[in-house]
Amino acid sequence: MSGAALLFWIVLPYVAITTCTVGHVWRWRRDQFGWTSRSSQLMERRLLSVGSPLFHYGAFAAIAGHVLGILVPASWTAWAGVSEEAYHLFSALAGTAAGLAVVAGFLILLYRRLSVPRVSVTTTRVDWGVYALLAITIGLGVLETTGVNLLGGGYDYRATVAVWFRGLFLLDPHPELMVAAPMLYQFHVVAAWLLFALWPFSRLVHAWSYPILYLGRPWILYRGYRRRAPEPVCTRPSQ
Amino acid sequence: MRVMANVGMVMNLDKCIGCHTCSVTCKQVWTNRSGAEYIWFNNVETKPGLGYPRRYEDQEHWKGGWELDRRGRLRLKGGGSIRRILTIFANPDLPGLDDYYEPWTYDYETLVTAPLSEHDPVASPRSQLTGRPIRPTWGTNWEDDLAGAPETASGDPNLRALEPQVQFAYEQAFMFYLPRICEQCLNPSCVASCPSGAIYKREEDGIVLVDQDKCRGWRFCVSGCPYKKVYFNHKSGKAEKCTFCYPRIEAGLPTVCSETCVGRLRYVGIVLYDADRVEAAASERDPRCLREAQLGIFLDPADPAVREAACRDGIPADWIEAARRSPVYALAVHFGVALPLHPEYRTLPMVWYVPPLSPVVSAAAAGRGAEPDPDDVFHAIDELRIPIGYLANLLAAGDRGAVRDVLRRLAAMRAFMRRREVEGVTDETIPAAVGMDVPEIERLYRLLAIAKYEDRYVVPPAHRESADRLLAATDTDFGCAVDDEDRFADSAQAYRQQLVQLDLPGTRRRGLTAGNPPEGAA
Ligand code: HEM
Ligand code: SF4
Ligand code: SF4
Repeated sequence: MSGAALLFWIVLPYVAITTCTVGHVWRWRRDQFGWTSRSSQLMERRLLSVGSPLFHYGAFAAIAGHVLGILVPASWTAWAGVSEEAYHLFSALAGTAAGLAVVAGFLILLYRRLSVPRVSVTTTRVDWGVYALLAITIGLGVLETTGVNLLGGGYDYRATVAVWFRGLFLLDPHPELMVAAPMLYQFHVVAAWLLFALWPFSRLVHAWSYPILYLGRPWILYRGYRRRAPEPVCTRPSQ
Repeated sequence: MRVMANVGMVMNLDKCIGCHTCSVTCKQVWTNRSGAEYIWFNNVETKPGLGYPRRYEDQEHWKGGWELDRRGRLRLKGGGSIRRILTIFANPDLPGLDDYYEPWTYDYETLVTAPLSEHDPVASPRSQLTGRPIRPTWGTNWEDDLAGAPETASGDPNLRALEPQVQFAYEQAFMFYLPRICEQCLNPSCVASCPSGAIYKREEDGIVLVDQDKCRGWRFCVSGCPYKKVYFNHKSGKAEKCTFCYPRIEAGLPTVCSETCVGRLRYVGIVLYDADRVEAAASERDPRCLREAQLGIFLDPADPAVREAACRDGIPADWIEAARRSPVYALAVHFGVALPLHPEYRTLPMVWYVPPLSPVVSAAAAGRGAEPDPDDVFHAIDELRIPIGYLANLLAAGDRGAVRDVLRRLAAMRAFMRRREVEGVTDETIPAAVGMDVPEIERLYRLLAIAKYEDRYVVPPAHRESADRLLAATDTDFGCAVDDEDRFADSAQAYRQQLVQLDLPGTRRRGLTAGNPPEGAA
């Protein structure tokens, strides 16, 4: 096994996973004040109102697709009675739809970041790092789904990339599977690991705070600084 | 019944000279930092006008506050919680910066570095966000003294249904100033709109604060507040709002805006209310009855039953006493001369306004072409320079009767005092005409016209120390001696003395960090 293979397909993933986990714990404990979406809607809302929902809903679809394609082994879908062709067609079509939404949304957001001066000045260096990694990851990802699997000859990543990915978590990594994968997939994966490593240090932490608990919460919240008396002290003085 | 205390404020609009001292001192204290350049927790607007942010009062557009659904149940005008978490990626009802204004400074450096020339150098405006040259086009009081009113003011939502009458020709123009802060609502829609649960109402004094560590920047509080008194700090990515100067309130001091008000027109005090009936009051069907509904849940702190219940619910004795002396209670409830700003938003706001009366006499003079007869003052109420309908849209959900009532009382107070001071006649018929008696009207006069510092601000200091221990230890002193006024005051005094000794850093509680200042921990 070459040093490069070891570096990219074993060291990088584990370092990224560690950085991501430890980073999140550290950030959660140390920087609640910085944990925010850092919304820039105040600065510009027309482009955002189109770009942001497109990007986010597209991203959720894409994430769901990754779960299905990477985390779920091919044998499970086969067992569930989904044929290889059916899976392939569905994933390529749904993936393309999601991909297009993400790309369109991302391009709108990127254009906005670059061309609206008020938005650019509130963009930090970390934001730009996130944008660069997202651009690479998304761009290559869409090329895989649409270019290779929908329009091209197709590539069965479920036999290589997915097996290697799951192997990482089973502590049984097979870097040779990635070495054999096309360059497109290799770059996509490397950019994604870098993105995960950067995640806890960027605004992306907002993703973990999706306020689902809001649905079951009372409208008005009270908080006190004075502790309530343990038992009533208001005995009326005897007359 | 669950008795709670809420801070409140009354502003006497008659006296506001629009000097903006309140805004400036507030800004110096709270929002004089980057990310908050455009934020004014206190701002003073000229009415009629669009305000800051532009047309914020138009809830059909901005969707702030509450409304009733078809079955008469209270719901947020901005939709239910599902809608909110689905539109979280771009809030459909958020004002943009241009609705507030792009903050600017001036290029002062030119003044120093410009080469020698025939003309004085000019410091031109620069955006505080981008540093680029800009042309300021809006601000917190862009329409100062009706500047530009012929063009913009007709968009004032309070003019609806009045339009044909209201003219901006010089002879007919009217104006007054409207200073605004967060209303510290009893039924705050900002709290209800926050998906993260970062905004909360303090149990002890009702002040509404944003927990800077819990806010995740979803910015729904900004659109949820109908008064647009929560702002988004674009640097920190967190919401910030008027804090009612809670550190000062805790120390028994009035807010900065009140303390520094040049017109000395602000009154700060606490009001006891029944927290169990808040929702019912806010669900009152007819918006014009919302003020009555809100008055209905305020509790009379002189009533022994209320005092006992308040004590049982953990309200310290000196607070109950402060509630009894509260100028806010006096003006809003007892004298009924203060009105809530836009009660129809259903947030049950706690900053109320004494409507401006001054132009009555001049309008009457204009109509009759002579010095008005002071006895005739009531007849002039409907010929006000400021149309009653306008004030009613602003302060009474359109109920002209309520405004007329208040103005009659104020006019009566004036007429009575004028006769007394100028003619030396005590005319008891004047107070009688508005259902008051002479001592009452004198009291109102002292409160509104003399307005002593001690009468304007009755702020009980917070009990951050373990109130329960104190109470338990000295049960006999601090029990609910509801039927003994002197003892009550004594105990409040003793309480305060002990407070000083106990208020050591070591006794601080978790709550102190929970309501941390907007600067946060970063
Ligand atoms: C899970 C729930 C998520 C929620 C509720 C959420 C919500 C938000 C919100 C409110 C903003 C601010 C938009 C504004 O400027 O007003 C934002 C921005 C952003 N989010 Fe998310 N997000 C989520 C997940 C994600 C994920 C998974 C990603 C990346 C893969 C992501 C990437 C971004 C990026 C890059 C921005 C900056 C967009 C821009 O202003 O240019 N978000 N998100
Ligand atoms: S006025 Fe203040 S308390 Fe009321 S909804 Fe607005 S921000 Fe909240
Ligand atoms: S300081 Fe007082 S008089 Fe001056 S603008 Fe503010 S409220 Fe009005």
